[in-house]
Amino acid sequence: MYALLWRAIPGPGWFKFLVCLVLVFGAIAVCFTEFFPWLSEYMPFNDTTVGA
Amino acid sequence: MTHAQAGHNVPLAQEVFPIAYQRGPSGMGPRNARRPRGSSSPMRPVAWLIGVMGELLVTAGLVLGLFVVWQLWWTDVEGARAQNEIIAEMDWGDPSTGPETATEHDGPPPVMKEPPEDGTLFAQMYIPRFGDDYVKPVAEGTDKATVLDTIGIGHYNGTAMPGDLGNFAVAAHRTTYGKPFNQIAELKNGDAVVVRTKETWYVYKVTESKIVYPQNVEVIAPVPGVTADEPMPELTKRFITLTSCHPMFSATERYIVHGELEYWAPVGEGEPKELTS
Repeated sequence: MYALLWRAIPGPGWFKFLVCLVLVFGAIAVCFTEFFPWLSEYMPFNDTTVGA
Repeated sequence: MTHAQAGHNVPLAQEVFPIAYQRGPSGMGPRNARRPRGSSSPMRPVAWLIGVMGELLVTAGLVLGLFVVWQLWWTDVEGARAQNEIIAEMDWGDPSTGPETATEHDGPPPVMKEPPEDGTLFAQMYIPRFGDDYVKPVAEGTDKATVLDTIGIGHYNGTAMPGDLGNFAVAAHRTTYGKPFNQIAELKNGDAVVVRTKETWYVYKVTESKIVYPQNVEVIAPVPGVTADEPMPELTKRFITLTSCHPMFSATERYIVHGELEYWAPVGEGEPKELTS
């Protein structure tokens, strides 16, 4: 899977590595800003209120 | 003609571990490594599938680890910053004008009306036990996404407002999201919990700390401890109740702190002595 990605990126090795770094950073950013806040709503360990 | 067939005793690594070598340029083997033609065709898709599944599982593991980092660390960084910004933006002026300490008023305090909309900021909370500079914003409602995760302390809908007869009940995170009530278990009887609205200081003193189950809603009743099937006695006291999770990082139980109003003072005539000493 990641091998396909590696081959799909054009250019020399260092350029591929740079592109991968950017992609990883982007994935983490999406996780932190969109995915995790959404996911945390379904996690039970943050409840602080009584009732409801 | 492979290496081993050519008469050497020791087989090449790619002949012993063909799967590791068959991916070509991206695999571990040399660029031109190839499994022998013919014998490999049914094996390739299976090996590829196993490889992809492995990669997916490793990725899932990393994402879960990242979620823990986000939940335990990043929400705290963001939450603390947001809460400090909110306090700064409220800009209620310097409260320390007037005499050194405020005159203590014992009569019925002025009480503001409950904000109609969740998320409305209406008070600040000072708890000297949590640090001299501890001040957190209080907003209407206990919704996680709009109040507890983003603002800090949330006021239970329908419970009393600060200073009113009944029970001023609030909730906040004990861990993560700026953790306003992180040290709630360190509160002792007699500790001050000071609530400030724009016009008034309300000084409560802690009277009781306890641990209950999440369904024990009687802790936020107008008279704490009176359950729904009991008649509510006439309201004569002005309570405060803080709720947070217990144990830390769990939602099994709730940590509850009750307090009663000691006195109130108008803002602008000095700060409560609990905050200046």
